[in-house]
Amino acid sequence: MTALRIDGIRHRVLSPVDLTLIPGEQVFLSGPSGSGKSLLLRAIADLDPNEGEVWLGDEARSSMPAPLWRRRVGLLPAESFWWAETVGEHLPENTRGITDVLERLGFDAGVLGWSISRLSTGERQRLALVRLLAQRPEALLLDEATANLDPANRDCVESLIAHYRETASASVLWVSHDPEQRQRLGGRSYRIRDGRLEPES
Amino acid sequence: MTLIHLTPWDLALAAALVLLLAGMSWWLRLGVERRILIAAVRSTIQLMLVGLVLKILFNQTHPALIGLMSMVMLSAAGFEVMQRQKRRYRGIWSYGIGAFSMFLSSFTVIFLALTVVIRVDPWYEPQYLIPLLGMMLGNTMNGVAIALDSLTRQAWEARGQIEARLLAGGNWEQAIEEIRRDALRSGLIPIVNAMGTAGLVSLPGMMTGQILAGGPPLEAAKYQLLIMFLLSGGTGLGSVAAVWLGSKRLFDRRERLRLDRLRIP
Repeated sequence: MTALRIDGIRHRVLSPVDLTLIPGEQVFLSGPSGSGKSLLLRAIADLDPNEGEVWLGDEARSSMPAPLWRRRVGLLPAESFWWAETVGEHLPENTRGITDVLERLGFDAGVLGWSISRLSTGERQRLALVRLLAQRPEALLLDEATANLDPANRDCVESLIAHYRETASASVLWVSHDPEQRQRLGGRSYRIRDGRLEPES
Repeated sequence: MTLIHLTPWDLALAAALVLLLAGMSWWLRLGVERRILIAAVRSTIQLMLVGLVLKILFNQTHPALIGLMSMVMLSAAGFEVMQRQKRRYRGIWSYGIGAFSMFLSSFTVIFLALTVVIRVDPWYEPQYLIPLLGMMLGNTMNGVAIALDSLTRQAWEARGQIEARLLAGGNWEQAIEEIRRDALRSGLIPIVNAMGTAGLVSLPGMMTGQILAGGPPLEAAKYQLLIMFLLSGGTGLGSVAAVWLGSKRLFDRRERLRLDRLRIP
């Protein structure tokens, strides 16, 4: 049960951002391209230089090594990248519950032996989510998690994320361009304008 | 065997070949005639100057003068390494990483060779130190330049993969592991190849020089072997140091990939 509290995070295009997500809460971000949505997620994951602090429960980001922080606060980038030959090589040692996650996205366990080069864009995007959830993150930062998917697969991903959010009480900060998706899934929603967060009515 | 002295006239004859090459470049519109001529003039001036400096240096073993000469050679090598990078580190680093790793490897290996292997007395005897150091720096420079260039180039291209590994909870060394190994390998290939084919395809330059200058071939071969082993050790050490420092510089304390520390070419 960990809340995610963003406390004055800023970098070159953002004025300080403050935002608190209670455990298991889902918050959407939108805004024109170039407004800094992805940069905000990268800053929270500590992938770019930034100022400010982020709290996971009562633990500060600066109090733990960056690799541990990134494991606990998982970022799903808009474009997925792979560094080894097969899907399975990208997963952590302990993959408890991975088959359930795979099944929910319409894969069987055989996919772990697939070579990365034969995956389609949509498959990559869904498997990147599998890879992320296999780390058992306590909070999720999603950047356009369903952008390249057809409606059926999009529904699978949405329900998997909802399931994970409820069972793990993980807070989810989700960048989504799709107003229908934001309405369908509910939760608070913000727009980034001129580097500031504005609540979306 | 006696040493046949080369007269300026002999050298001029050989230089005619370079002129011929430049003429060919002009004739075939290769557009490199200027560079050929400049390089030829540069090498003439530089080598004659070095010959003069060494002549003066050999007549006296003043440690300060020898140290100065070594430093001049090192800084020239450092500059050359920097020049060969496509994506250079910003600030002092592009020069510093190369120069420091060459300093570390060349000077240690040379010092060991002079004190333990050849046992020159005093160890800084310029007749041994300067030529050895020159060969050492020349080869280490190649290895370091290739390795660093490969490291920064690949890191730039594989930004997505590196960051994906960081996001998967890996530390910076895991994230750049493969690239680092690859960069190191490419830095070592030239010297390993040279060792493998030495004597079969071509006689190495130093050995050729010694034989032409009238030395006994077997002595020349032994010296060449010594040099070869020293060079590979030095190149290896220098490349390892450069790649380690270079890859460390690509990440900051929070283990973020900092490609902004590289200049855009």
